[in-house]
Amino acid sequence: MHFEFQVEGGNFSKAGTASSQLKKILKQLNVDSRDVKRVVVALYEAEVNVVAHAYNGTIIIDIDTEKITIRIEDEGPGIQDIDQAMQQGFSTASEMVREMGFGAGMGLPNIKNNTDHLTITSEVGVGTQVNMIINFNS
Amino acid sequence: MEHSNFHHALKIREDLCIGCSHCMNVCPTEAIRVRQGKAVLFGSRCVDCGECFRVCPVSAIIIDHDDFNYIFDYKYRIALVPAVFTGQFPEDVSPQQIFSVLLDLGFTHVYEVENGTSLLQQAMHEYADKQDISKPLISSFCPAIVRLIQVKFPVLVDNILLLKPPLDISALHIREEMRRKGITDKEAGIFYITPCAAKIAAIKDPVGEDKSPISGVINMDVLFNKVYRKVKTRDNKSCSLPVYTDLPATARCWSLTNGEAPLAKGRTLAIDEINNVIDFLEKLENEEINDVDFVELRACDESCAGGVLAVSNRFLTAERLRNHPANIADLPSGDHPDGFRDISENHAEIKKHIGIEEVKPRSIMKLDDNIAEAMRKMEKVNRIMQVLPRVDCGVCGAPSCQALARDIALNEANLHDCVFIQKILEQRGELSPEESIKIVQKIWGFGKTNKYRDLKGL
Repeated sequence: MHFEFQVEGGNFSKAGTASSQLKKILKQLNVDSRDVKRVVVALYEAEVNVVAHAYNGTIIIDIDTEKITIRIEDEGPGIQDIDQAMQQGFSTASEMVREMGFGAGMGLPNIKNNTDHLTITSEVGVGTQVNMIINFNS
Repeated sequence: MEHSNFHHALKIREDLCIGCSHCMNVCPTEAIRVRQGKAVLFGSRCVDCGECFRVCPVSAIIIDHDDFNYIFDYKYRIALVPAVFTGQFPEDVSPQQIFSVLLDLGFTHVYEVENGTSLLQQAMHEYADKQDISKPLISSFCPAIVRLIQVKFPVLVDNILLLKPPLDISALHIREEMRRKGITDKEAGIFYITPCAAKIAAIKDPVGEDKSPISGVINMDVLFNKVYRKVKTRDNKSCSLPVYTDLPATARCWSLTNGEAPLAKGRTLAIDEINNVIDFLEKLENEEINDVDFVELRACDESCAGGVLAVSNRFLTAERLRNHPANIADLPSGDHPDGFRDISENHAEIKKHIGIEEVKPRSIMKLDDNIAEAMRKMEKVNRIMQVLPRVDCGVCGAPSCQALARDIALNEANLHDCVFIQKILEQRGELSPEESIKIVQKIWGFGKTNKYRDLKGL
């Protein structure tokens, strides 16, 4: 099954809409609770990243009986050093974003911990692409 | 939709139901449909919150309790009374007076549910310190909420505090006290005075425990009438006084909103009213809420003061419990030889039984157990949603277009149940006017269509 969601940069009140929608879908598909939780955590973090850093983004989701594949593409500043960004506590979030309780530098590490496969590609000044796979009942 | 063996206290009386669909439209778990002109309750989805009971204009929804005379099957008859019961009465009727009338009515003992809160609070603190628990802990106090989580938020069952509510703890204490006097469990009947349907369901069909220590349940509205009538009419000279211990405010207000949350450890929240709770649980399930240690969730607005069987205005009940006059403690209290000792006397024994087993999810969300089949059904739901009008008019007998689409995908309804689809089919000549009427009658019965048919003009 294929789904797509748009993410609007800077609109924190809508951050989490896609992960909430996806959660409803997975519950109807009787996906194991633990997997639903992993997907929701990973996608929510990724959504917040787009909202906090990028101008806009698209989330492309494919679900089959074995796994869920999520691709998030954004138009934004990109990530300068992906290895550094993967470290817990590292954040480039602005003061405003941090004041809202986001930007603690837990986003990417949290995504990694909850996915079975994660790749990130990025071009500075253009945007970032995040690919993640979560296997069901692994 | 599969029926289930779960016990429900809410019943729809077919002989009284007029098929108005008010209940269907307020049900937070979409557990009601209209068929043959009557509301039908689907047991697997119902959480016994009682929202349907509140809106029924003809009292066709009833809460199935035990007949009052059932108490006389027991040699010893204990009334287990929640604080909100005394909160139903006007200020000038004291708890002592109410308890005294309960003895007149045939009870041998009266005990307040909230006596159990002291042990529970202690156990909650110990529980919160355990290492391997999911945060935030969700209170197990409100049985409608526990069931709501089981059916609608299966991801969150691990967050439920696995401790018995005050009601069961007090009942355990009473059982211990009776045994100490050499009275067997068969001789002593414990009767809970309930403000809601969910508590009845929890007693008749407990979640996480085998059998409730409570023998029977009496609806609060019924007992209120019995008691208030006697308060108004009896000769007060020859009354017996029960043992009355004035509970501390924290215990007395436990069943009100913010009754538990401020007493739990860490950052806590209290949320009441079932739709507010659903909103919050959605956020919690989305992992959008972090760093909260404990949440108190209650299905009714103003918690138990707003129980569906409460007689008094919920705000006045809450006020009465909060502003409990200090002089009440000074009123005479009977020195009943059969009185119970303080609950702390049985601490060790109760502590052994204070836990409940893990709460299992029983999702109503899933379209099928098999993921491939569930995907096929979901695609069908999505296709059906493309053609439905999305006005949620309810004329199909389902609460929303989405619910109808789901029912169709699960082979429990037909696309032509939708009136908009019927119009199109009639226009195309694929459905005759007679067939169209038959469809409507299958959902709404004959009465509603015959009303206008038999009319000669307005």
